[in-house]
Amino acid sequence: MKSVFLSRRLLTGIASFLVLMAAWEVSIKAFGIRPIMLPAPSSILAEFRTDSSWYLGNAWYTLLTTLAGFALSVIFGVLIAVLLVSVKWFENTVYPLIVSFNSVPKVAIAPLFVVWLGTGPEPKIAISFLIAVFAIIVDAVHGLRSVPADVMDLGRVLKGSRWDFFFKVRLPCALPSILTGMKVSISLALVGAIVGEFVASQRGLGYIILSAQGSFDTPRVFAALFLLGGMGMALFTMLEWIERRVTHWRHIA
Amino acid sequence: MIAVDANNVQKTYAGPRSTLALDNVSLEIPQGRFVSILGPSGCGKSTFLRCIAGLEQITSGSLQVQGSEVQGPPDNIGMVFQRDALLDWRTVEKNIMLPIEFKKKPEADARVAMKKLLKLTGLSEFGDRYPRELSGGMRQRAAICRALIDSPELLLMDEPFGALDALTRDQMNVELQRVWMEVRNTVVFVTHGISEAVYLADKVVIFSPRPGRIVEIMDINLPRPRKLSVRETPEFGAYTSHIRDLFSSMGLIDEHESDALTESSW
Repeated sequence: MKSVFLSRRLLTGIASFLVLMAAWEVSIKAFGIRPIMLPAPSSILAEFRTDSSWYLGNAWYTLLTTLAGFALSVIFGVLIAVLLVSVKWFENTVYPLIVSFNSVPKVAIAPLFVVWLGTGPEPKIAISFLIAVFAIIVDAVHGLRSVPADVMDLGRVLKGSRWDFFFKVRLPCALPSILTGMKVSISLALVGAIVGEFVASQRGLGYIILSAQGSFDTPRVFAALFLLGGMGMALFTMLEWIERRVTHWRHIA
Repeated sequence: MIAVDANNVQKTYAGPRSTLALDNVSLEIPQGRFVSILGPSGCGKSTFLRCIAGLEQITSGSLQVQGSEVQGPPDNIGMVFQRDALLDWRTVEKNIMLPIEFKKKPEADARVAMKKLLKLTGLSEFGDRYPRELSGGMRQRAAICRALIDSPELLLMDEPFGALDALTRDQMNVELQRVWMEVRNTVVFVTHGISEAVYLADKVVIFSPRPGRIVEIMDINLPRPRKLSVRETPEFGAYTSHIRDLFSSMGLIDEHESDALTESSW
């Protein structure tokens, strides 16, 4: 039943994508738009085919950067959220700093990371992490605070250790929120990785986009953009799948 | 042995306008009795229960559970809340076992006790289900099992059936009596239902509207096990009409206004 539903969703998704591509192709031909302005899907595909392994290799690099930034943002985001809800002075002193820091556009400080961390993968991962972590913190704090009053009382009456209460009650209670935060943060991690590659890189989809744009090679820009879009969608779908597995009890009737 | 011994208990909520929630509450509950605490909404009866549970501190007076002054939740109590407070991500069995895990007690013995409780409450076939798969009544039964798993000497119930429909509520009353007759521990049962309070209890403690004071303590002398039809007997009627007269005299029931109000306080 579920798999039928999923495959139907997949089919309608593919169908609407194909319709959009067809409309795009036809309009390019009909209005005689030059490829440098907007290439037709067929020429984007042709561009991808000229060296698909080069494209995929660079996509792989960006994917690894994204996953590293994402993993760090989940680990540190949840840790920071735990400290925020359990240590009063931490909330008073650190939370305002985090909020104000989040208001600084990370794109603007990205070049600094090149100065600090060089031109390897580290600054990209760092930027990806910084852009992605805030979503995790906000949702994890919300989740950790959402334990119902009755359940808090139950915990006190049972007199368990703080450790037990945290791992058996509080964290599972926060899990749905944390997963929501993760779905937002995975896309942001991808954005961060691209921003990092814009600033200084010889590899990755961000590098392809920037260098191709410099030489007015618009089909190449679009080939990279399509890969990026596909990657974002795959990552998001993967998280939705994980979410369904981990919080299966939420989806019962 | 006295299970709960309250002497001139006073509870004030501090604040810009401090409110007196409990005023001079003195009550002795002997071991092994089923006591209903009955009063209108907001009369402080739940506050009293929470003080016994050690979830709130009394302002003055003395409050002892099993012979020692309450300072934080006493050992070996079980509590049932108005909303079942089950953990959605745990199966019924795992929910019931939570106190055992928290108290680091041997699980093998507890599993035997759990199976017995599941059987007693008619949940045997639902042990591996998740709370969301159960009806409100079944969830509350699971919560009762959880409260009883560690054989507490004192069971505290805070309007446990308040969120259930009338029919389910009747059913739960019958079942609670049956379970209790097996367990025979001390129960403090907070409710605003007159009929429910009388049906279940050996003693009904009647609270006045805020600030909560004890207006009367009634012994209920009806043989057990009680059938639901006991509610139609003249003896039962005598108890409930007396309580209704008390509520009337406190201005809580006004029969000229509407009969519906009387019904809803059942």
